Amino acid sequence: MEIAFLSGKGGTGKSSICSAFISLANNVVAVDSDVDAANLYLIFSANNITQTNYISGKNAIINTDKCIKCGLCKTLCQFDAINIIEGDYQIDPISCDGCAICYRKCPREAIDMVHSDESKLYVGGFKYGLLIYGRLAPGEENSGKFISVIRDLAHKKAKEKSIDKIIIDGPPGIGCPFMSTITGVDKVVIVTEASKSAFLDLKRALEVAREYLKQIYVILNKYDLNNEVSNEIQLYCDKLNIPIVAKIPFDKEIVYAMVNKQTIIEYNKDSIIVGILKEAYEYIINK
Amino acid sequence: MKIAIASGKGGTGKTFVSTNLFRAFKDLGYSTLLVDADVECPNTLLFFELKKVDDTIIKEYRPIIHPDKCLYCDLCADYCEYNAIFYIPELKQIKLLPNLCHGCKACSVACQYGAIEDSDTQIGVVSTFIDKSKNMFFEGRLKEGSVSTVPVIKSTILQASKQLSEIILIDSPPGTSCPFIQTSIRTDFILLVTEPTPYGLSDLRQAILTLDTMNKNYGVIINRAGLGDMSLYDYLSDNNIPILGEIPFSKEIARIYTQGNLVYDCMEDMNLLFKELTKKIINYGNSLS
Repeated sequence: MEIAFLSGKGGTGKSSICSAFISLANNVVAVDSDVDAANLYLIFSANNITQTNYISGKNAIINTDKCIKCGLCKTLCQFDAINIIEGDYQIDPISCDGCAICYRKCPREAIDMVHSDESKLYVGGFKYGLLIYGRLAPGEENSGKFISVIRDLAHKKAKEKSIDKIIIDGPPGIGCPFMSTITGVDKVVIVTEASKSAFLDLKRALEVAREYLKQIYVILNKYDLNNEVSNEIQLYCDKLNIPIVAKIPFDKEIVYAMVNKQTIIEYNKDSIIVGILKEAYEYIINK
Repeated sequence: MKIAIASGKGGTGKTFVSTNLFRAFKDLGYSTLLVDADVECPNTLLFFELKKVDDTIIKEYRPIIHPDKCLYCDLCADYCEYNAIFYIPELKQIKLLPNLCHGCKACSVACQYGAIEDSDTQIGVVSTFIDKSKNMFFEGRLKEGSVSTVPVIKSTILQASKQLSEIILIDSPPGTSCPFIQTSIRTDFILLVTEPTPYGLSDLRQAILTLDTMNKNYGVIINRAGLGDMSLYDYLSDNNIPILGEIPFSKEIARIYTQGNLVYDCMEDMNLLFKELTKKIINYGNSLS
């Protein structure tokens, strides 16, 4: 069973709640698919980490010696990546999408495609099983593809070790990394909070997620920050028939746990939040 | 001066800073635009009473494949670097996988048989709003289910930049990859909002690494100061990174925010803090010119 935690809006407590679920699951493959801001590794220090380079994409480079300045590449480029700087055609690596059309069509073969492999993929053991996370090199793109590579690896490792649970700490937003994270998972848990902005983002996340899967759950964090918005979120979820499996009060202990590099369950097993999370975990796993 | 309000980690208070900073700049008499470039989850404009005056549809290239004209020569699938053409010649099957398509048009260039028709698809919308005092606001919004975040961000910033304004504040998307980069690269200064927690620090580091490779100027605002630990402060002082302001952790601030109100209007010390911040940014801007 593969469960993904997402949020739409960032900072709703997704990683804190997800890490608590990982410690409850035990024997689990934990995946951090927020590859440009990975955080799970901070809480779960992994051991025997193997690191592999990931080829995140290709970039085109113009060899100015061969270039005859015909301008065909600039005409073909859909990403506005080719500029004329001091009379020379040059490719801005940040705008270049790596589509290679300039490389294929250049009449003088003046364009090369170079791989960027600075991004890293990490696999290590930790006390609850196996931890897999990625780290996109600064400025790299293609995080969606990177996420599917990470998830494929998680499936393979889970099979090898006969682990039946994969829990994914996902990225914020609802774009490409979001889609890559939810495609093919069994269950999605969306962590939101009682604020107008988080509610707006929750609606957008649900709208996309509902297109792709049925088993969607909501966790309402910091519900007591604004009871009015909490009620609105409840009504909205009721209408869509999506269960809110936990309502968690605002509690500094969640932050203290993070600062201590622990999950809330390890930090204070008697906290009322732990009880709420355990119940939610059972519900999500069994229904 | 174009200023991006960005963060790395989500939920550190970008929108909180952008909205209050907007009010502070206006109060000090600057012509100011507020732009929401967090196109996957735009919610900056919730904090203002606005009237929409324009919607511009943002489109991206998408080919239409006509199997009846296709000779199954393989060239379009070979040209496609994104594996967006599903192609089984033995079964005479060819179709586009639209979620993988980046709109690069390579397939269209490849096809010699007229089997690929040029077309486009809606990926988002840029809306223009005004408030009672005729201040302008812009919001980019990715269409649900679309994955073309970056082109929508580009269009949003482009549209806002057409206006003559002394200050353009751009509320940026979270993260440190393409959406963050494409926003930052179009601005003069990046205001990084972080929090003093291990997550906040880890993501800030990644954001700073990225901005350094781009040679961009930035400063840091610490939100929820007093909540976490000291490692963020150590990192900033070790690397000589300026702290432009600190917003204390307070349940009162959080409550005002969740109600959709601005602390600038409700709390005197926050009003002062944001005014100070605008001055620091203006001084910085003057030092550049």
